[in-house]
Amino acid sequence: MSTAFQVNGRAVRAEAEPDTPLLWVIRDELGMTGTKFGCGAALCGACTVHIDGKPARSCQTLLSSVDGAKVSTIEGLSKDNSHPLQVAWIKHDVPQCGYCQSGQLMSAAALLSNNKNPSDADIDTAMSGNICRCGTYPRIKAAIKDAASMMRNA
Amino acid sequence: MTTSRRSFLKNSAALASSGLLMGIAIPTALQAAGTVHTPNAWVHIADDNTITLISARSEMGQGVYTSMPMLIAEELHVDLRKIKVRIAPSNGKLYGNKLLGGAQLTGGSTSVRDGWEKLRIGGAQVREMLISAAANQWGVDRAGLTAVDGHVLGANGKKASYGSLAAAAAKLPVPENVAIKDPKDFTIVGKRTKRLDTPDKINGQAEFGIDVKLPGMVYAALEQCPVIGGTVKSYDATKAKAMPGVLAVVQIPDGVAVVANSWWRANMARQELSIVWDEGAGAALNDKAMLDSLRAAAKTGTVIPLKAVGDPEAVIAASDKVLRAEYASQLLSHSPLEPMNFTAHYTNGKMRLIGSTQWQDAAQSQIAKAVGLAVDDVSVETTFLGGGFGRRIDIDFIIQAAQIAKQLDKPVKLVWSREDDMTHDFYRPQAIHTLAASLGADGKPTAMTFRLTSQSVTGRVFGLPAPVQDPLMTEAAVAGYNIPASRHDVVKHDAGLRVGYWRSVSHALNAFANEGFIDELAHMAGQDPYAYRLSLLEGKPRFANVLKLAAEKAGWGTPLPAGHSRGIALMEGYDTYMAQVAEISLERGAIKVHKVTVAADLGHMVNPDTVEAQIQSSVVFGLGAATLQEITLKDGRVQQSNFDKFPIVRMSQAPVIDIVLVESSEKPGGIGEPATALVAPALANALAVLTGKRMRKLPMTAAAIQAA
Repeated sequence: MSTAFQVNGRAVRAEAEPDTPLLWVIRDELGMTGTKFGCGAALCGACTVHIDGKPARSCQTLLSSVDGAKVSTIEGLSKDNSHPLQVAWIKHDVPQCGYCQSGQLMSAAALLSNNKNPSDADIDTAMSGNICRCGTYPRIKAAIKDAASMMRNA
Repeated sequence: MTTSRRSFLKNSAALASSGLLMGIAIPTALQAAGTVHTPNAWVHIADDNTITLISARSEMGQGVYTSMPMLIAEELHVDLRKIKVRIAPSNGKLYGNKLLGGAQLTGGSTSVRDGWEKLRIGGAQVREMLISAAANQWGVDRAGLTAVDGHVLGANGKKASYGSLAAAAAKLPVPENVAIKDPKDFTIVGKRTKRLDTPDKINGQAEFGIDVKLPGMVYAALEQCPVIGGTVKSYDATKAKAMPGVLAVVQIPDGVAVVANSWWRANMARQELSIVWDEGAGAALNDKAMLDSLRAAAKTGTVIPLKAVGDPEAVIAASDKVLRAEYASQLLSHSPLEPMNFTAHYTNGKMRLIGSTQWQDAAQSQIAKAVGLAVDDVSVETTFLGGGFGRRIDIDFIIQAAQIAKQLDKPVKLVWSREDDMTHDFYRPQAIHTLAASLGADGKPTAMTFRLTSQSVTGRVFGLPAPVQDPLMTEAAVAGYNIPASRHDVVKHDAGLRVGYWRSVSHALNAFANEGFIDELAHMAGQDPYAYRLSLLEGKPRFANVLKLAAEKAGWGTPLPAGHSRGIALMEGYDTYMAQVAEISLERGAIKVHKVTVAADLGHMVNPDTVEAQIQSSVVFGLGAATLQEITLKDGRVQQSNFDKFPIVRMSQAPVIDIVLVESSEKPGGIGEPATALVAPALANALAVLTGKRMRKLPMTAAAIQAA
């Protein structure tokens, strides 16, 4: 059996077993490797995607549960690095190794879709599930605030 | 400034006599029209003027993808925005690291220090070859020509792009002597520069090892013995082979691999393997007994002298103001966020390897040996690394991928789970420091003895003989303070677990002990820890300067909110002088770090923004090691297997980090690591002020603080 859903606005059908984590369907079957594997246990946030607009850890999301859903990945954030978060990420040169940044950006995008003026505490809460082993946190926080400001003034 | 070509060649070696480099594998996917020309190892120029600069070092977050090209571009006279960057293929002769014995290895905070002159000379050579090619083409004296922004310019508006000159330039001899700029004339190096890898790292396009795709590729998951070093006695793969998508089950020396048409299927089927292990000697290990074995070795092991001045034992024996202390450091895993993985393809007698590694030429030569091929029949291509921190200096997982691929007729990507990664690391070794000092009437130390007892990583990795001093155990062992009599020595002791180089290596061990102990001496003398340190730094201007700068910036001595305290620490490491001041409080018994102020003098900097980023990174990395993380063993099994039991610092725990960089014309120092080492002592020193408790053992968790 196959599972039908949307990824970044495109209709897809996946043939993997229904109990396969969405992460591995996206990476190995659909070939979109921007979404990362970090822990396999929803402890690090590297695999964060949006499902029907809400952030989710794709390593703990079964394929069967996204039947008919709209999934967004890092590849869908913008076509040309023009999302305010991407603009801010460049301005602050946030990434180091870069491995966690897809998940960081997807968590931050979910935050800003609900809150255009997040406080430090709001940011800490929204981003607490995303580990950055390189410790880019000070720049992530500064970039989120910058992006929020851009979005308020847009 | 002129450096002879000969001395340059001696370091980078093996240029063909024609000046055209032979045998360089041109990195794939160079999107350039026409032939690509390679005047030397660092610069590839295509006919269409696509210029590709080579980084011989792996990009693992530290910024070499930008800083290495900056050094080349400074002399090549090209706009950094208009060039492409490629990580060098495996070729130790061309791309060896002089500071690491010629290995093509990224580590030891050496990239800028090794490349500082070499890469500028490399850029200048190609610039001069392009100018000569233009002079020949135009029939003019080369003296009147200049190179500007990717073009050679002559009189009367003559102009030729580097691309149009590259074919001719590559045929010219590489110039013997080239002039390189005085640093005061730099236009690229030393300027804050946007990282060239950021755009691809914010949209999912950057390729890490785990993202490699080859046509027909299959996936492998490997079951290894739960006790590191254990081997397979027998196994039954009947159930695993019946699982969906499984293509093969293959045994290799480290375990049994399931190969399937997706990684998830391979990993599910792997759990159906039934394996009988010979667990080996490691099955008896537990971390507490290991630490006790170090304590015993400190008393009875072979002592390797490091430095001796006067007769400190006699001075201490005669003193009535003596402090003796033991410091202890824990086992740690590296846990980069990208788990170990590599892609291997064995075809037509050649092994192609692609992935995240810090040590290309070791991977090439050791895999050749492991799978019975000539070195030249093994190639290593390096992707972006999802973190390294020293873990990817080891190549165990690359050997495994190659051994699996040797048994298949398809490319295969081996991916470890997080659990595999955390339980099969090469861990930061435990350490015991045995320290003693005596104080004079003025409170200053009159004598000090220092003994480190720990396990040698260099013995394992490079085969350093046991009686020989391991320079990667003695980093920052001798602190900068003036003490009239002192003895520093080392006891190497193999506690039984495999150990690896971990960000800042022995600096972290030695600085924790030295900087905690000097703080204890200050308190014993009834003196301010900052003023006490400063009083011992006469004639050590770079030490004294960063100490003063950090203290001033942090407002040392000024009032703090109730329940807050400050601690200070100082070190030289990787030719970088650094001081840190940490401001902390206690939150539910745990250390809460509010601010870390860092002053650093690392001589010339290539990209100051990256310098700041590396300091921020290192502080956060060091904070986790100081307060949260410990690997423990029971019956030889690592007890932590994911981030629930081995916590990584999260955003809410990250302090404000305030950085002061010293403008300096000293030779460059390394910056990828040193700030990691100073966090633990700065926190311990602040905690002693706050609670009166002196923490001499890591990690300083809430439970450990309560128990102290």
